[in-house]
Amino acid sequence: MIDPIELMTLFLFSIIVYSIPLLYGTVGEIMVEKSGSLNLGVEGTMAVGAVIGYIVGCRADSIVAAMAVAFAMAALVGALFAFLTVTLQANQNVTGLTITTFGVAVYFFIGNALGNKWPQFQDSPGFAEGFSVIRIPFLSDIPVIGKVLFSHNIMVYMAVAIAILCWFYLNRTVPGLRLRAIGENPAAADSLGVKVALNKYIHIMVGSGIMGLGGLYMGLNMGGTFEGSNCWINGYGWIAIALVIFVNWSPAMAVAGTFVFGFFNTLRMYNGALASTFPEVLGWLDDIPAQFFSALPFIITLLVLIIDSLRKNKRSGQPKAIGLNYYREDR
Amino acid sequence: MKKVISLIITAAIMAVSLFTFAGCGAKDGDNGQGDFIVGAIYINSQNDTSGYTYAHHKGLVKAMQDLGLDTTRHLKIVDNVEEDDMAVSNAIDLLAGQGCDIIFGISFGYINAMKEKSEEFSDIVFSHATGYMSNDTNFNNYFGRIYQARYLSGIAAGFKSLALGNNNIGYVSAWGTEYAETCSGINAFALGARSVNPDAVIHVKKISAWGDQEKERQAAEVLIDTYDCCVIGQHCDSAQPQLVAQEKGMFGCGYNSDMTSQAPNAHLTAPIWNWDVYYRYAIETAMNNPASQFVSTVGNYYGGLVEGMVDLTPLSANCEPGTDEAIRLAREAMVTGTWDVFSGSKLVFTVRGGNVEMSIVGDALLDNAGNEIVPAGGPSVDDGVIQGSMNYYLEGVIAE
Repeated sequence: MIDPIELMTLFLFSIIVYSIPLLYGTVGEIMVEKSGSLNLGVEGTMAVGAVIGYIVGCRADSIVAAMAVAFAMAALVGALFAFLTVTLQANQNVTGLTITTFGVAVYFFIGNALGNKWPQFQDSPGFAEGFSVIRIPFLSDIPVIGKVLFSHNIMVYMAVAIAILCWFYLNRTVPGLRLRAIGENPAAADSLGVKVALNKYIHIMVGSGIMGLGGLYMGLNMGGTFEGSNCWINGYGWIAIALVIFVNWSPAMAVAGTFVFGFFNTLRMYNGALASTFPEVLGWLDDIPAQFFSALPFIITLLVLIIDSLRKNKRSGQPKAIGLNYYREDR
Repeated sequence: MKKVISLIITAAIMAVSLFTFAGCGAKDGDNGQGDFIVGAIYINSQNDTSGYTYAHHKGLVKAMQDLGLDTTRHLKIVDNVEEDDMAVSNAIDLLAGQGCDIIFGISFGYINAMKEKSEEFSDIVFSHATGYMSNDTNFNNYFGRIYQARYLSGIAAGFKSLALGNNNIGYVSAWGTEYAETCSGINAFALGARSVNPDAVIHVKKISAWGDQEKERQAAEVLIDTYDCCVIGQHCDSAQPQLVAQEKGMFGCGYNSDMTSQAPNAHLTAPIWNWDVYYRYAIETAMNNPASQFVSTVGNYYGGLVEGMVDLTPLSANCEPGTDEAIRLAREAMVTGTWDVFSGSKLVFTVRGGNVEMSIVGDALLDNAGNEIVPAGGPSVDDGVIQGSMNYYLEGVIAE
């Protein structure tokens, strides 16, 4: 049987690998929501960024090209969302759902249209090399921690860096604080001379671009194969929306929050190994149905929502004006 | 007065047109070869490029082409139909309205709606894949002995594990003992592997979903990383387990399609379905007989290697020497009917001086708790058990 320490290392490593798309999705959605827009189109935005980014990455044989295109295409989907909700004042919920349907459909449309011409990841050595593990001298050699935290590909490190950057931006910079003012009370921000529509456009697009990177990561993590009726994103966009609430709209908390979600997701696969390696402590894991593990993150979100609404002196991070369109002439 | 007259005229026109259309309908329903219409209800999109629906659609199109039926005119499809009685009933009504003479439903959950509608439309044949219900006239079910093909793929896995000196073989399964379909597949794969390497152990990781790429990948990673598995078999839709095997320098047996193109350095061979074998038979029968005699002619269909309903993809270059000869011998034993997988005798393969020898040895079929399923030398378990009630793992299988 496997060494217990090695098993724990593999388990923790796997949690990180499968949490990263959620981190991209969540941080992207926080940027969008902080501008006062509720974008339910995360799933579709990720799908568009993923599929186009992947194909261009294969053609160009470069992960930088893939990331740039994934970001740009997802940002374009974000621009569509912004045009509909900010300029045309369409209902945000309906528009978001439309974006999801649209984005996933684009994914299947492109995949089915390419058919046998779908590019294989292994045929693009430069691209695959760019997504391979980056070993950090000294750090990667530390037992357990080296494997768990410092043996990942560039996009894993980037996700954490983006999360921290976004946190800094929202809390410590003037444009970030302006953005939060728009999310809380766009009329007040407007009266102070903040350009509401422009700011909304920019942040919806940047947030969507970040989601697109998450989609690309998922696709690459799956080895870039297109499977008929199974989309890479596979519901992660929806979990990301739930996570935004779970982490109270904080990109820094998102790093921890996504790993809680990833923990249960991975536990579902490792339960047998953990139960047989630690029979006294974790033997009960074997008896829990897989469906319960899948439901657990959502049960936790429900609990967080309930606790949050029961708290008296709440300091919720939810922007006050979220979901409401801002119409200047209404002031 | 004018109103009353116009009302009567309108009613008369409607009545006449109704009778006329009804007359047309009767003519259309005539089982002439020229206007034979095939209907199909799919769980996923007809435009899929791999997976379960794709395999059925490909088989149906091939069968119709073989029979000289133009699929643009004679094939009506309703796809993306969920396993919901109302949705399936609507799909059937739609197909019946388009004049279908036979309707195939490919997913298990269509069972109740198909049974009910087969009573309502007694002049249409209803044929249900993977189900267990039927009647005496126009409603049957069809499936295949995929376990036979899985046994053969197990032989390839057994040779590989023997050559690598590693007895741990993994298996990513959609479900475990909950469904006889997955359970019998796992057991057959295990028997095949152990016919070559008697010490082989099959570690089964179920993902509790029929299709979930990400879980399929993660399960394969767990099997290779923590259980040290050197070959990964699978009963799930995507090629993820094969991709993982390739990334980690291991080997695998796919399912449903030749996954050698996706994992050229890892894939050995894959059990596959040839649904066209049944579709050709069923459509031809329905074309030449009234719907009421369909079941008395075709019955409930359960084709295997003999009929060509199930098969194995060509062995890849990753297979060990001797694999093809062993598979040929085992296939022959099944095709000639001298031996079948779940019986009280086992095939044993030995390699001597580069030659593969096969012997049939009387040996009790035991489950993994040591209970006897079939005594040594006993006959095969019933088809009903393989299709419907097998809910135990055999010796050498461990649920992880």
